[in-house]
Amino acid sequence: MANPYSIDQIYSWLEEVKDPEIPVLSLVDLGVITRVEVTGEEVKIEMTPTFVGCPAMDLMKQEVLDVLNNNGVKKAEVIISFKEPWNSDKISEKGRQALKQFGLAPPPSGKNLFTDLDVLEHAQCPRCNGNHTELRSPFGPTLCRSIHYCLDCREAFEQFKPL
Amino acid sequence: MNENALKELLYKIADDQLILGHRNSEWTGMGPLLEEDIAFSSMAQDKIGQSYAIYTILHSLGEQDPDTIAFTRNANQFHNSILTELPNGEYDFSLIRHFLYDTAEIIRFEMLTHSSYTPLAELAIKIRAELKYHTLHANTWIKQLGSATEESIERLQKSLDYAMPYALGIFEESPYEAEIIKSGIFAGEKALYETWKQNIEAVIDQTRLHLADWSLLKPVLGGRLGNHSDHLQPLLDEMSEVFRIDPSAEW
Ligand SMILES: [Zn+2]
Repeated sequence: MANPYSIDQIYSWLEEVKDPEIPVLSLVDLGVITRVEVTGEEVKIEMTPTFVGCPAMDLMKQEVLDVLNNNGVKKAEVIISFKEPWNSDKISEKGRQALKQFGLAPPPSGKNLFTDLDVLEHAQCPRCNGNHTELRSPFGPTLCRSIHYCLDCREAFEQFKPL
Repeated sequence: MNENALKELLYKIADDQLILGHRNSEWTGMGPLLEEDIAFSSMAQDKIGQSYAIYTILHSLGEQDPDTIAFTRNANQFHNSILTELPNGEYDFSLIRHFLYDTAEIIRFEMLTHSSYTPLAELAIKIRAELKYHTLHANTWIKQLGSATEESIERLQKSLDYAMPYALGIFEESPYEAEIIKSGIFAGEKALYETWKQNIEAVIDQTRLHLADWSLLKPVLGGRLGNHSDHLQPLLDEMSEVFRIDPSAEW
């Protein structure tokens, strides 16, 4: 028997679930959905947190279940897993654009982030796109944001932290 | 693999994170600067979240659920190092403790990314990345205040001298040390201590602070075996009071 739901279909449903802290960014674009599996009537989803202590994880998990149920999935399961740990390069190009429109600098991309936190010192200002900026604090109002200051715009801004 | 050895390792790592996380959270609304207030609150949230992820692994090994583990044990059942339970005191002590402790933890999690126990190795990749921000924060302030005014240097030096014997208690060996190393779960406290020493020296050398002769220091031990200072039980009582009032309270 063919599976009643296709993987693509499920991903398009999941587009509806947004990061509660950044309502323009879907969980799919955030990169926290790491696996979708359909076996007969049953849908199994693996998610991974951006930060281990992310307080919104339970809420996001519930919203994923709700969306599946609303689309007629009777047997759905969501598992939190660290098999494919999240890092900021998992944010899609569409997600990066959404962050910028929201006024948050997207995380700098690159493979050397773990060893080179100097990138924090010159984050790109989401207003003027300039790099004439300085780090104010690696800790912001939520776990995934740092605080910066643009010396040209003379205004503070936040960046989605590279991880 | 000896499961008790693995559990003992997981408990001590998670308990360190939980207890220091709660101490950090006591800075909320009390920090010397708003930015520092936010920094210690964020690190608290990270550490408590990380402890829960490790308690979740313990739960999968047959231990109780994370909330029960975190809030219903007595002091003598906790495996955290005594350093983490000491009261916050002044900001300079909290900063020194943060520096000494997080320098050790980031090396510990780096080592654990190679663990033969896969769930721990996977989680360690994640936690190591998050701790980069904690050590970045600690190193920045130690370098800055450790070279600033006579007063700031003197205060930090006093806290450093006071905290160091407790910091050495982080590396108190487990009764299962040999098995843990042999099974490839963790390369052991001695290896961790050697790297830690070098990293501490590398930062302190960039300041006007100085380190006492390592060989003359007497470690304060006991925490790993459940022998704690008088400061732990009141902290646990306070934590579990919040839990008893509202068991579903989010941390
Ligand atoms: Zn700007």
